[in-house]
Amino acid sequence: MSAVHVSTKINGDDVEFVCRPDESLLDVLRDRLGMTGSKEGCGTGDCGSCSVTLDGRLVCSCLVMGAEVGGHEIGTIEGMAQGDKLHPLQQKFLEGAALQCGICTPGFLIAARALLERNMDPTETEVRYWLAGNLCRCTGYDKIVRAVMDTAKDMRKAAAKSSAKKPAAKKSPAKKTAKKGARHAA
Amino acid sequence: MPLDANTPDLRTEFKSVGTRPNRPDGVDKVTGRARFGADFSAPGQLVGLVLRSPHAHARIKSIDTSAAEALPGVKAVITYKDIPEQEGCDKDVLVNIMARGTALYDGHAVAAVAATDAAVARKALKLIKVDYKVLKHVTDVDEAMKPSAPVLHPGRFEPVDYNSLETASHVSGKQETKTKTREGSNIAGRYVFGHGDVDKGFKQADIIVEHEFKTEATHQGYIEPHACVASVSSDGMAELWVCTQGPFMVRDVCASLLGMDVSRLRVTPSEIGGGFGGKTTVFIEPVALALSRKAGKPVKVVMSRSEVFRCTGPTSSASMWVKIGAKKDGTFVAADAVLKYQGGAFPGSPVEMGAMCAFACYDLRNVRIVGYDVVTNRPKQAAYRAPGAPMSAFAVEGVIGEIADKLGIDAIDIRLKNAAKEGTVSSYGPTFGPVGLVETLEAAKAHKNYKVKLGKNQGRGVASGFWFNFAGNTCVSINLNVDGTLALALGTVDIGGSRASMCLMAAEELGIAYDDVRAIIADTSSLGYNDISEGSRVTFSSGLATIKAVRDLKKRMCGRAAKIWGIPEDAVKWENGAAHPAGANAGGFDPLSIKEIAAQASATGGPLAGHYEINAEGAGPSFATHVCDVEVDPETGAMKVLRYLVVQDAGKAIHPSYVEGQYQGGAVQGIGWVLNEEYFYGKDGTLQNAGFLDYRIPVCSDVPMIDTVIVEVPNPGHPYGVRGVGETSIVPPLACVANAVSSAIGVRARTLPMSPPKVLAAIEGVAASKA
Ligand code: FES
Ligand code: FES
Repeated sequence: MSAVHVSTKINGDDVEFVCRPDESLLDVLRDRLGMTGSKEGCGTGDCGSCSVTLDGRLVCSCLVMGAEVGGHEIGTIEGMAQGDKLHPLQQKFLEGAALQCGICTPGFLIAARALLERNMDPTETEVRYWLAGNLCRCTGYDKIVRAVMDTAKDMRKAAAKSSAKKPAAKKSPAKKTAKKGARHAA
Repeated sequence: MPLDANTPDLRTEFKSVGTRPNRPDGVDKVTGRARFGADFSAPGQLVGLVLRSPHAHARIKSIDTSAAEALPGVKAVITYKDIPEQEGCDKDVLVNIMARGTALYDGHAVAAVAATDAAVARKALKLIKVDYKVLKHVTDVDEAMKPSAPVLHPGRFEPVDYNSLETASHVSGKQETKTKTREGSNIAGRYVFGHGDVDKGFKQADIIVEHEFKTEATHQGYIEPHACVASVSSDGMAELWVCTQGPFMVRDVCASLLGMDVSRLRVTPSEIGGGFGGKTTVFIEPVALALSRKAGKPVKVVMSRSEVFRCTGPTSSASMWVKIGAKKDGTFVAADAVLKYQGGAFPGSPVEMGAMCAFACYDLRNVRIVGYDVVTNRPKQAAYRAPGAPMSAFAVEGVIGEIADKLGIDAIDIRLKNAAKEGTVSSYGPTFGPVGLVETLEAAKAHKNYKVKLGKNQGRGVASGFWFNFAGNTCVSINLNVDGTLALALGTVDIGGSRASMCLMAAEELGIAYDDVRAIIADTSSLGYNDISEGSRVTFSSGLATIKAVRDLKKRMCGRAAKIWGIPEDAVKWENGAAHPAGANAGGFDPLSIKEIAAQASATGGPLAGHYEINAEGAGPSFATHVCDVEVDPETGAMKVLRYLVVQDAGKAIHPSYVEGQYQGGAVQGIGWVLNEEYFYGKDGTLQNAGFLDYRIPVCSDVPMIDTVIVEVPNPGHPYGVRGVGETSIVPPLACVANAVSSAIGVRARTLPMSPPKVLAAIEGVAASKA
């Protein structure tokens, strides 16, 4: 098996790597690029702890081959905070004790961000179904769901505020557009 | 101020304790920076993989590793021969980490390789030739106790004659086991607890209910697979980075298995991605060390998810019989139980603790519990959250639910009537001090969930639960930094926010800000021995040691102030983060803050630190009461948990958010146990569902919000009243959900899990009997 050379973009930065054709994107991120924030809980698409975005779509990086990501854009947990400023979801997870051991946390944050980018006003049921591909064994999900709902609420408030400043804009951009089932590739 | 570290000082007013600050390790965990087991790497490391038995029970006639060794890139291949038996080591652990002559379960390690990369290592595993002679196997606990069962450890365990037992007529599979003397049996132990006269007690009963129950094995299901990096140098010095609940245990066990001096092995625990008891023993760690020793390079071993299921320890499966007698008014007059737990291929199922917990919630005059520890061809069980207790509670609380229904008494009232209190002689021996079961029952009854009206096909269940809580060996250091901030070194791995709790207790005791204390988990060479983070012991024991270490430091700081002021040490007291002269006679000095004392430490005698080492006692049991509402779909047998309430006694909640988290997490693990989770073995004794797709733990859309009420009945054994909280929350859910289902559809589930087909069959059975 000869190695493949791949050029891609991760968290906005150009990245080049070499990998064997049988390596998953998760293997590449963790073992070749030292980006260990994405976790391997199963390697079979069942736990979501390896969640990343591929051109904005939520995927399990353990089910994507490293060799296929050339020319695509990847988003990982390492790119979620801007400098020392945490993403609102990260902040809420922290404040709301939405993590115990924290191994599932990167995956949940990436998945929740993908949800809120599509739907800023999800119902509890929508949150629960969207996150059903991410396993957490510690929290019983209660505080995770609350953190996501609370973040959405804050984001809606912020959006309403900024649109109030621009009188021409419509009231709230929030629309229920969450696509159930558009999740993990498996 | 009681500066004597041995004086108990039950504090009831708090500034920091009871608040909910962000945890010190939080930012690293939400940014992906925190390093878990598999996130460590050592320069030049090799990849280690383990070859595992595909058979449930087989004699290993030969192992040929020559082709694997010849493969380019392979640096070491090991079998049991590379881990020779050392005097005094734990033989069962030795055999479990690498089979010696016989493979005892599907997944049992047989050999291991270290190679330059994973692809080469995988290829090498395929080149190892193992010649097996497949033997008869047994995976069911009742089957394993029969004389016809294959004996796992010939000559090791004496057969038990059930017929000599008082309870013999109630034990299913009654038989003459005495006949099979040469090979012995699979019964590794028998435990008996209780007091009073059970037979006399039952004579006073107006109603007696007895049933048999079965639960399947479930796995802890931590999301992080086991992982470690081992590095052994040619001079025998070794380092091990590992995700574990007990770094000191790992060090001592590995050193003893590999014949090393303990001082040569330094173990550094990583952040841990869940354990729930499953990371309280060793599996790959000694193997990685042996590979590194042979290869002369660091070796990283990371388990796959299927390895986690096949060869790390789930909890026991259980077969139980419970009988309870009561008066018409609901007073229990006698209780009797036989518990049979299989602990996999080695002795050590948690049946003893299951037996002790079974009736611990109740004040009983006449009680008896007999427990059997049984070996089968399954992986060696490991502790799982309140080990042994959820199963026995499932049986006992199920019988109590039925008695309440038959007598027409409210499910909480019947428990209140019989609840254990301060002064109750527990069913397992000791007399309870102040305990909070009654308080949890009252709070559950007063909760809004208990008053919600139920609809069609809906039902409500109640169950209570008990866990002892552990204490044990603990050792803490707190170091005063030059700027007056503090470094707190703990030896108990943080599995769910305990660093935050320790910082809160240190800040409280010192009268300083939470942010001024930073807690770290030390490696095994930096602190004295600490027991494993298990049994809900951390907040209690490390908290106690933290408080006492801080008191030690305060005493030293007061000494420095006395020196500066030129007054006797006992004329100085500590208050609100500063040393003060104690009373008018001590002199009129301005207080010296912790920052001022820190700045002058060098000039007044050198660095300042506090220490405390203890084999702690005085852990306070924690009781809980759960209430659950379910709806069952009569067409499919599927059920939905509508509401779930956990009420539990924390003694004192140091960081309430993480206490709630323990309540919620334990409840949902219990819900998984009752609804979906099970180890499923094929006819050939191999595990059929070794993955998260087929071993289905609850997902977000399976459960509702988990409501919590924290009851606080202080534990007099801890300066702040702390009880452990981690375990009890998984004890009631099995029975709680089962009781709810029976109230919804009128059938009592006595076999877990209650998967939809089983529920549907039960519904159809009821309908048929009515027709
Ligand atoms: S590692 Fe579990 S889904 Fe990818
Ligand atoms: S916090 Fe441990 S698995 Fe989610």
